[in-house]
Amino acid sequence: MCAVGTQKEEWSSSVDAGHIYAILLAGLFAVAAGLVGSVALMKRMVLASDVMSHLALPGLGIAYLLKGNPLVGGGATLLLGTLLVWQLQKKTELATDASIGVVFAACLGIGALVTPNEDLLEALFGNFEKLSLPGFLLGTAAVMLVVAFLFGMKDRLILDLFSPDLAAATGVKVAYLDLGFMLVFSLTILVGLRFMGGLLSSALIIIPAATARQLTGRMAEFVVLASVVSLVSVTVGFLISTLILKTSTVGPTIVIVSVLLFVMSLLKKK
Amino acid sequence: MADRLLSVRNLGVAFGSRVVLRELSFEVCSGDCLAIIGPNGAGKTVLLKALQHLIPYQGEVQWSPEARLGYVPQSVAADRELPLRVSELLAAKARVLHLADLEIVQVSSELNLSPEFLNAGIGILSGGQFQKILIAFALLGRPNVLLFDEPTASLDELTEERIYELVHQLQMQKGITLILVSHDLSVVYRYASRVLCLSKARVCMGPPKEIMTPETLEELYGAPPKFYRHIQEL
Repeated sequence: MCAVGTQKEEWSSSVDAGHIYAILLAGLFAVAAGLVGSVALMKRMVLASDVMSHLALPGLGIAYLLKGNPLVGGGATLLLGTLLVWQLQKKTELATDASIGVVFAACLGIGALVTPNEDLLEALFGNFEKLSLPGFLLGTAAVMLVVAFLFGMKDRLILDLFSPDLAAATGVKVAYLDLGFMLVFSLTILVGLRFMGGLLSSALIIIPAATARQLTGRMAEFVVLASVVSLVSVTVGFLISTLILKTSTVGPTIVIVSVLLFVMSLLKKK
Repeated sequence: MADRLLSVRNLGVAFGSRVVLRELSFEVCSGDCLAIIGPNGAGKTVLLKALQHLIPYQGEVQWSPEARLGYVPQSVAADRELPLRVSELLAAKARVLHLADLEIVQVSSELNLSPEFLNAGIGILSGGQFQKILIAFALLGRPNVLLFDEPTASLDELTEERIYELVHQLQMQKGITLILVSHDLSVVYRYASRVLCLSKARVCMGPPKEIMTPETLEELYGAPPKFYRHIQEL
């Protein structure tokens, strides 16, 4: 397994291929986050989505503790957690939001406990660092998978969003479609985990979608716009972090830029 | 004797320890209009879902091979906040079922849906217009059985009347079999060929004149049968 961005270093003024790969993948992540986020918003699963990104924290912590690859650790608990949330959502008798709240708190607690102190900040808020070519290719493949799923399942997703009952009556396997979407969602989080961290990687999925929803009432426009807003947030946030703040912790700046864009979108009437 | 389309035997549905339907058996023949009546919580919507295998059940639900189902759920079961046009919704179903584009045109003309209407966002439609969309959605795929769940709940009387006229026309013109959940007993009396009454106390089935007696209705709803008197005055 290739080492993907485990080596820490400050962002320097000399830019090499590793930096270019990291910047390109950040852009691809932004596009995928916008697409996935717009569907998550329409599915009204924003709370569940937010929690899902925190599911990576215990795995990240264990990986840091064992000096392993954080993405493998984070990915493992993310996958387990996704299956857990999927099961919880299927069982409608359970109070889903309460269960999700418990899972969220547990993950944050365990994550913070097992993560070595010096790595805690990076686990929570991410760190923008060089990326190897295999890491870049893996990330790109993941983003392509996300985009292919969303476009391939577009019509089924529309029916499911409109009415899960009608989708099921039309022959759509709703439970598996939901699982597929949640896996794609987790995969997107995993791609963004390196530089956004376990606490913030879901923010870029949720906030740009909320912004785009304010700006348009048409689905195709909404989905594209969410990706554009996400890309703008990443670009502007990255530039401010590296050029003005001189920090490699770009996640918080990106989130603040995306929140500012959301606030601006509130000023526009639909 | 008309062909038997649906045969239900010993159907039972329970959510955890709460039993909603128990030992229900009935049949529906081609061309029937079966109305399902009963108080809130009697399991009418649950029955419609079980008939379409949308929820787990015990017992047997057997459709004849030629049955093609169309489902019109309660309008509250659909998300009207979606940024979606009517035409996009219909096109999505047509693509999932691999239907020709012509089908959308045909269904639109049968229901008199104008191009402006098809181009409208689902969020701006009135209750009656939205109900029409749900019917158009159900008609895509040429069903010969329509399952309606309270098609006129929350609609004003005039719109309600139009929706039922539309449904009745579909039945007459296309020979569609209807399975209809309704709270409106005068409508049931007018259109249903058979009535299935569901309540916790009892289940009964038969022609409207036999089933919708003051005694049965009072037993079913636990209230004096105002509707019956109203119907008798018509």
